[in-house]
Amino acid sequence: MTLVLEQLLNGVQFGVMLFLLAAGLTLIFGIMGVINLAHGSLYMVGAYAGAIVAAKTGSLLLAIPAALAAAAAAGVAMELLVLRRLYQRDHLDQVLATFALILIFNQGVTLLFGRQPLFVSIPPLLNGSVELLPGLSYSVYRLTIIAVGLLVAAGLSILINRTRVGMLVRAGATHRDMVRALGVDIKLLYTAVFGLGALLAGLAGLMAGPILAVQVGMGEQILIMTFVVVVIGGVGSVRGALFGALIVGIVDTCLRAFLPGLLRQVMAGSEADALGAGLSSMGIYLLMAVVLLLRPKGLFPSHA
Amino acid sequence: MKARGLLFGLATSLLMSAAAFAQQAPVKIGMITTLSGPGGYLGQDIRDAFKLAIEMEGGKLGGVPVELVVEDDGLKPGQGKQIAERMLKTDGIKIFTGIVFSNVAGATVPDIVDAGALYVSPNAAPSNLAGKECNANYFVVSWQNDSLHESAGQNATNLGYKRAFILAPNYQAGKDALSGFKRYFKGDVVGELYTRLDQTDFAAEMAQIRSANPDVVFQFHPGGIGIAFLRQYQQAGLLGKIPMVVAAPSLDAVTLAAVGDAALGLNVSSHWNSDLDNPANKAFMAAWTKAYNRPATYYSSQGYDAALAIASALKGTSGKLDVPALDKALAKADFQSVRGAFKFGPNQHPIQDWYALKVEKDGEGKLALKTVGKVLTNHGDAYAAQCKL
Amino acid sequence: MRNEAMVQPVPVPVAYGPLLATLVLALALVVLPFAAQALGQPSLVPLATRALIYAIAAASLNLALGYGGMVSFGHAAFFGIGGYVVGILYQSFTADELLFGLIPGTNQLLLTLAAAMLAAGFLALVIGALSLRTSGVQFIMITLAFAQMLFFLFVSLKAYGGDDGLIIRRRNILFGLDTRDDTVFYFVCLAAAAIMFWGIARIVGSRFGMVLAGIRQSERRMAAMGIAPYRYKLAAFVISGMGAGLAGALMANYLRFVSPDMLHWTKSGELMIMVILGGVGTLLGPLLGAAALVVLETVLTAWTEHWQLVLGPILLVVVLFTQGGLRALLRRLGGGR
Repeated sequence: MTLVLEQLLNGVQFGVMLFLLAAGLTLIFGIMGVINLAHGSLYMVGAYAGAIVAAKTGSLLLAIPAALAAAAAAGVAMELLVLRRLYQRDHLDQVLATFALILIFNQGVTLLFGRQPLFVSIPPLLNGSVELLPGLSYSVYRLTIIAVGLLVAAGLSILINRTRVGMLVRAGATHRDMVRALGVDIKLLYTAVFGLGALLAGLAGLMAGPILAVQVGMGEQILIMTFVVVVIGGVGSVRGALFGALIVGIVDTCLRAFLPGLLRQVMAGSEADALGAGLSSMGIYLLMAVVLLLRPKGLFPSHA
Repeated sequence: MKARGLLFGLATSLLMSAAAFAQQAPVKIGMITTLSGPGGYLGQDIRDAFKLAIEMEGGKLGGVPVELVVEDDGLKPGQGKQIAERMLKTDGIKIFTGIVFSNVAGATVPDIVDAGALYVSPNAAPSNLAGKECNANYFVVSWQNDSLHESAGQNATNLGYKRAFILAPNYQAGKDALSGFKRYFKGDVVGELYTRLDQTDFAAEMAQIRSANPDVVFQFHPGGIGIAFLRQYQQAGLLGKIPMVVAAPSLDAVTLAAVGDAALGLNVSSHWNSDLDNPANKAFMAAWTKAYNRPATYYSSQGYDAALAIASALKGTSGKLDVPALDKALAKADFQSVRGAFKFGPNQHPIQDWYALKVEKDGEGKLALKTVGKVLTNHGDAYAAQCKL
Repeated sequence: MRNEAMVQPVPVPVAYGPLLATLVLALALVVLPFAAQALGQPSLVPLATRALIYAIAAASLNLALGYGGMVSFGHAAFFGIGGYVVGILYQSFTADELLFGLIPGTNQLLLTLAAAMLAAGFLALVIGALSLRTSGVQFIMITLAFAQMLFFLFVSLKAYGGDDGLIIRRRNILFGLDTRDDTVFYFVCLAAAAIMFWGIARIVGSRFGMVLAGIRQSERRMAAMGIAPYRYKLAAFVISGMGAGLAGALMANYLRFVSPDMLHWTKSGELMIMVILGGVGTLLGPLLGAAALVVLETVLTAWTEHWQLVLGPILLVVVLFTQGGLRALLRRLGGGR
């Protein structure tokens, strides 16, 4: 039983990481209609900036603003220099442009920081684990990630539902042309939303640093998963991104954890393991296909 | 054998210096390797070590002036093949090396050897080229995949572990890893898990390891996913509680630097380590440390050995680019490998010793891989029997 | 933007222009291998072969994406399955076994190409029938989902080499030709490409093509005219899948190797990039895009290990300043229309 609980926590933690990436992606897509393949690059920028500042200064407190600022700056620069010129164009032009940006980011990072993966340590304060229930101890760092992710979700929810900026964002996601016609400075809004999305991606990269490998190409590994989350949740919806991310995180973790065991009840051990791993790899894609066939707009569509 | 090799070498070097004068252009060596993406540092180490071997001989290999032509395959099989075609047909290159990943090798190597050129692999050695499809023009100086993990299995047996939990990604090399380990591990396997190739979060696996509570964990996760695995192993509180055995790809000097303390106490089995006590290795390590400000990985050692192997072949033919003659000279393995004893088996894959290493802190408190013993001696591979050369 | 160009017919002062350009291009492609030999650059021939194969795949994708408005991010599935059909048939041919206990293996190029197209077409029928219930980004992602499932399936299939892939020791045979010879194989691919492009031109110009273009611009309008868009789109998607399967089968023959790499989402992305780079919804755009990307990659990797840092900005410049890819750029350069 504690094992099941622990796996659920793992699923939630993974889901929260996906949410931080998906929230930005879904806003950018919902409001500006841009398919940003380079969103994973912003995640990489956050991870690298955090790792390098932490290594150079030895201070993790400095690493946090550095990572957030670097990712946000990269995001704003990307918007001002490239994407701004492409809003009026076909989606496909944006795909090609952001693909080109991936190449530039990856090779730029290789040139500046080399090909070797970087070392990042967990802040000593968050090292170790706590006993949540008798027999269930869980990593403090992972609990922190869950907490930060949920706080961000709450903050975004307030921002979008309770503030004037949020109102514009919501309006922008549903009636883009109308907002523009009303004389809102749409350019500024776009840049701000892009910067916010980039900042969240940078936060995800920063927090992933101590758990995963900080290396070139780390963004593309998680990019596709993030798109899956966005589509399952419903494009343009932050609430959808949160629930989509949690669903994907939990389903993916639990399939990996329990499917081989279940299959082993009905077939030989090694075959069950191989089949289980194969099926669990396909799991989230299967989930996405089923969701889209039943509810083509996703689970929590922002467009009524 | 050694004495004869020396005499032979002396005689040929005399002949060769004459030949070298007669030859105008240096011999071109084509290196197709992976320099971009997450696996880029592997190709970089192979290339830099190969270059180092050339520099140490003053721009020559085996006394013959050489020129290294390097191109990035981008980890794309089609790209690798394209580069090989151009090097073969336009540049007329006869000697090739460099490929890091098996899927690039699968598309590229058959073309090179069929075109009558020599290929010396510094890393990739897919099993589908080791058995029936072996070729006189194809040599591997690294290892055959299975033997890596057989050494880890033997290491776990030697260390006296009885109950093992084993994990690897769900692809061919991962499956080979687990079966290779089981072939040489004498205890019980209490848990066997396949992870995903694109997986970066291993929390679910950690929970299962903890609940199975084995004597030892064996895992195969090369490169970046290995870093993630080890960090999360530590964060899950398993490090120090349940010992781990791995084979070289799951922990090299670069991943060790990125993992830090989470690797402490790890048992690694490898065919090479930076502290191996032989003259060739000492010379290599001294030159590497002087030339590059970073630790040498076993990929570097393989790149260097590939250069030495090619040097021995060039020396054997006095610089003549007659591939069957190069094959013959190369098969003798008449060079001092940085790993000590080295020869080629019937399928021209290595027969070598495997060492037990342990991650320890050195005098200055820095983490390092220490050689603590030998796991297997003169170990070949299981596919050699199927090869008819 | 791109729709506008389709709605207003481009004024063509001299109708011979496009025809002449096509003829010149065809002539250049026929002469290419001999010119390459004469110039002492024989490796240009396999390079051109690879570009042609990708051009077939990209042109097929363009039929769905450019003409049909169906942005498929899963065409690697059809490309890869075409390759695997060749690999698996060759494997059972050399082992002299019946595939699934029924089908004998073969190494006859015409048979393997046909089988690859059939398999890819069938797959496209299944995937398309399900995916076309959605549209927009959802369609992009659902096609990706199916392709990824297929990728993971082949990664875990040990019988077909799993991640290591299948080596095809000898190319398939076609009559008495020596397909191992680069020039011969180039002409085989050129013939396939010529048939493919001719076929697509015919489809686009036919009533079917007109309906397809109409559906892309307004599905509702076509439905109001009593045309069921779903069927037309599905038919176009299946043809498009078959074309990609043909390209995959040729690629497996060219590489003499097939691996899950051909099924990966990055391959779908690469094909899409070729189409966009060349010019979406234009006949020759995919050929230009495929050739440009393949040639650029080859030239740049030979020049510097930091080739991505050069390729990236080049692609950016094309997107930002050509408005419609290389095809549009060429059109503007050649005549200022």
